[in-house]
Amino acid sequence: MAELLQFIFSGLTVGAVYALVALGFTIIYNASDVVNFAQGEFVMLGGMATVFLAAAGLPLPLAAIAAVVITVAVGLGLYLFAIKPARGASAVTLIIITIGASIALRGAAQIVFDKQFHRLPSFSGDDPIHILGATILPQSLWVIGGAGVILAALWWFFRVTLTGKAVLATAANRLAASLVGIDTRFVVGLSFALSAGIGAIAGILVAPITLTSYEVGTMLALKGFAAAMLGGMGNPIGAVAGGLLIGLLEAFGAGYLSSTYKDAFAFVVILLVLFVMPGGLFGARSVERV
Amino acid sequence: MPETPTRETPMPETPMQETLLEVADLASAYGRVKALKGVSVTVNAGEIVSLVGGNGAGKTTLLRAISGVQPVIGGSVRFLGEDVTRLAPHARVDRGIAQVPEGRQIFAPLSIEDNLRLGAYRRRDDAIAADMEAVYELFPMLKARRATPAGGLSGGQQQMLAMGRALMSRPKLLLLDEPSMGLAPILVDQIFEIIASLKQRGVTVFLVEQNAAAALSIADRGYVIETGKIAHEGEAASLLADDRVRAAYLGI
Repeated sequence: MAELLQFIFSGLTVGAVYALVALGFTIIYNASDVVNFAQGEFVMLGGMATVFLAAAGLPLPLAAIAAVVITVAVGLGLYLFAIKPARGASAVTLIIITIGASIALRGAAQIVFDKQFHRLPSFSGDDPIHILGATILPQSLWVIGGAGVILAALWWFFRVTLTGKAVLATAANRLAASLVGIDTRFVVGLSFALSAGIGAIAGILVAPITLTSYEVGTMLALKGFAAAMLGGMGNPIGAVAGGLLIGLLEAFGAGYLSSTYKDAFAFVVILLVLFVMPGGLFGARSVERV
Repeated sequence: MPETPTRETPMPETPMQETLLEVADLASAYGRVKALKGVSVTVNAGEIVSLVGGNGAGKTTLLRAISGVQPVIGGSVRFLGEDVTRLAPHARVDRGIAQVPEGRQIFAPLSIEDNLRLGAYRRRDDAIAADMEAVYELFPMLKARRATPAGGLSGGQQQMLAMGRALMSRPKLLLLDEPSMGLAPILVDQIFEIIASLKQRGVTVFLVEQNAAAALSIADRGYVIETGKIAHEGEAASLLADDRVRAAYLGI
């Protein structure tokens, strides 16, 4: 029982991060049909920038805020200088552009930062909390709680604000969005900024637990992509569910089978989804849009 | 059935035929295929002008070019005297141009109310709620289902929603692309009655239709487009009486 609970705790913690990465994929995909494989680099930038700004003497909260701002700027730059000029390119071309951007960002991070692993101090100490024989780190609660707050904020943004509805409208029908006067380029830029911000926050929250380095983004992007696929590409609820499921699957797999294959589970999930239910758990809408 | 304003009713005082839209020598292409080969069209304030023609004649392309969602390779679009040929679509909505696109193109997953609210996306005034009530008055069945996703509406209801959405921007010029397409005849009559009634509300209408008889019967003036060029133009009544137009488009 304690063991099971322990696996659930660690699964939910890492799953919350995957969920945020998957949400980043979803937001950009819905607004622009681009699958942004640089999503993991946003997470890396958030963590690494915070580490180095804190090391430079900034108080941790300020360093974190500055890191989010920097990452959002990078996300906007990615859109303005790589995606927007390729307007009208095919989906495959756009995917290759984002893969190129991810490699470039990783390379730049090696130079601007370094190649070492770094750890941020935990936000509320490292004393584990005991629950029914299992333990959970206070930082895990920060990760899960932070993900919850982001979800609530996103829900409010998309359901209540006119700008959020304009993003949904653009995702639903780009032509009609243009015709009612929505600047769809603004919406796509906004979705890149939003995804970058979410990724950066995820990277900051998880850095005290998993450590961070210039190359953590690669694996996170793949896991997040698997989560988005599992939930059904383009479905935000699916992205969150998919992220949590993959996190739990990894935790249980590592605990009951072998931790050697921890990273393999996400890829097995991608393959299974592609073979068995290409639409994902929450049934995707048709991929072809007219 | 609501009261139909007929052609015989005296026109509401027309503000001395101010030119609203002036399309001059407009050309547009899809790749190497020219869809518009120098089209000139004028719409005066207060008019209903219909553009009729067959499939692929360039009707939709012309409307898209006026709205700014279709690149043009020559000619100009002037709106209230201002050259808007290079303006982004949203800037043209600001000027008072609204299009009801072919095939409705509603925001299917969003509620009917959100669809209408987004129609007023560019507006910052405080009459939006009142205008929404006015749209609900025009299309009562939309109000009953205001909170439900728009994708659940029937084709005719979606057409009404698309028109309501466009009206929410308080357009000076309403561009309608094939509003009768795919609708049952009874609904077609209803839609055309509503279009005719828009004139009383001070909305100028530029209507594109394959259903030439219906489109010309509610119009003041008309144009006939053939393979990217204007083939005939004139008073709607005289086009309806023109033998060539009758033979080609009215099946008489």
